[in-house]
Amino acid sequence: MRKYLLKRIGLAIGIVFAISLITFIILNIIPGDPAALMLGDMASPETIAKLREQMGLDRPLPEQYIAWIFRLITGDLGNSYFQKKPVLELIGYALYYTSRLAICAYAIALIIGITSGVIAAVFQGKAVDRILMTIAIMGISAPAFWVAILLQIYIALNFDIFPVSGANEPIGFVLPSIALGSRYAASIARITRTSMIETMNQDFIKTARAKGLKNYRIILVHALRNALLPIVTVIGSDIGSLLAGAMLTESVFNIPGIGKLLIDAINKRDLPIVQGTVMYIATVCVLIYLIVDILYAVIDPRIKLGEGSSE
Amino acid sequence: MNKNEGYYVQSLKILKRNKLALVCIFIIFFLIIISIFAPVFTSYDPDKQNLSERLLSPGSEHIFGTDEFGRDIFTRCVYGCRISLSVGIISQMIATIIGYALGVSAGYFGKKTDGIISFFIQVFSSVPFLLFAMALMFVLGHGIINLYISLGVLSWAGTAKLIRAKVLQLKNQEYIFSSRLDGASDLHIILKHLLPNCIPTLIITITLGIPSAILSEASLSFLGLGVQSPTASWGSMIASSQTYIRTNTYYSLFPGICIIITVMAFHIIGDGLRDALDPKMRL
Repeated sequence: MRKYLLKRIGLAIGIVFAISLITFIILNIIPGDPAALMLGDMASPETIAKLREQMGLDRPLPEQYIAWIFRLITGDLGNSYFQKKPVLELIGYALYYTSRLAICAYAIALIIGITSGVIAAVFQGKAVDRILMTIAIMGISAPAFWVAILLQIYIALNFDIFPVSGANEPIGFVLPSIALGSRYAASIARITRTSMIETMNQDFIKTARAKGLKNYRIILVHALRNALLPIVTVIGSDIGSLLAGAMLTESVFNIPGIGKLLIDAINKRDLPIVQGTVMYIATVCVLIYLIVDILYAVIDPRIKLGEGSSE
Repeated sequence: MNKNEGYYVQSLKILKRNKLALVCIFIIFFLIIISIFAPVFTSYDPDKQNLSERLLSPGSEHIFGTDEFGRDIFTRCVYGCRISLSVGIISQMIATIIGYALGVSAGYFGKKTDGIISFFIQVFSSVPFLLFAMALMFVLGHGIINLYISLGVLSWAGTAKLIRAKVLQLKNQEYIFSSRLDGASDLHIILKHLLPNCIPTLIITITLGIPSAILSEASLSFLGLGVQSPTASWGSMIASSQTYIRTNTYYSLFPGICIIITVMAFHIIGDGLRDALDPKMRL
């Protein structure tokens, strides 16, 4: 277990470094000089050159990368070109909204997804199953930002309790969470159904039936607990797209989260924010993957044996 | 060869029993025809503004109504289909070529090659895809070619992972050994023996990759990082419809329905193909 842990943590660190390198390479081939952009059209070439020097933009790229990495390690993501604030502070503020939205959305997705997956599995092949699975496939096909707009049109505009935009009060998070969560609810429902059907065909369930245990007890206690394992693994891979999807939902409901921060920064070509946000979110994703993997190894000790396949 | 034919014939039989998937294949076929022959299906120009006909409700002249520049929404949906399908198909072609090349190299050569490629598979599957697509589009700028490139270059990891696993299974089989003993080159083995065996996996990953590429294109265009305006894209149409949700609800409705139908059809075909070609791949 310890060996596995160390190896997994080492891999995570390696991945974060690789991501930082890719991010740096991608974002530093941008045409256009950030110094010139910051100073505007009126600046003289000398002033621009001076600012370039101050910002370290005149140094060779590998040197800039190493300097950036060292600052990253100390938690310094640089300052925004236009907002003149530390990027980390801006991200922290935005993350407050984004993480709340993402957590609410995923909670809704888990509750709805697992419940409907179990129901569909129990009534496999019947009308309930077909209806639920049709809704589920529509759910994974609909873009979250479109669902968000539909909720605005048909719910927020008709019922005064839900605001059309903004998230100053908790109620403002309800519709965005539903919009964002619907897609994950749909995919969780599909996975739960398949996994439940598989589990219910296994011998230990048949034994439980033969022992005369009550049906709901078999389903909820024995089958569901085993069927939940695949769901734990998708949580890790969902988090990344959840955060990215949150950006789109935020932009529909005008919530000042990471999405708004990043999109505004992209439009203004505010490089430190773009670089910082991408790095920050990628690191969070790698960390969550790591935690999920470790949790999975704890829940299912066989994983250490299967480790060879991922080498 | 004969054995292979038998396999595909059998898979086709399984697929034929799946009526829903057949309907969806028909839908996609129809959408492809619409995108190729777009001018035949509509008499309007998708980009021509006509300010005297702004924001009309659906009627006999304009069956889906008009947008804020008086452009026919139905026409723009038809032309948007071109963008969505071409981005979906071409970006997945790119992703498949990269994914196959890397996956097969990792599985076949093993050792260090495998170590390095597997590491990059991990890297690319742990970053949020859309986030990196946003960063790439930020650097490359608007435009459909850039969409093909960024969505293709970023989405190969899943394919590579599956191909690697498949090749690991295949490479120790006797016919590969004997072919190597006969003096066949690595390239010959990869293209003549491994590729045909990987085709089913590739068909499935392409059909399931296209809908996610279409959704990503819609998301990027929605954020203003996709096609250049005034080019019609379903995502950018939804973005501009946002201003009019109080007055013109239908405006946001149609492009969204187009996305749902297309993506859903690909998903159902993909599921059907997976059941027919490789039942073990099911989640």
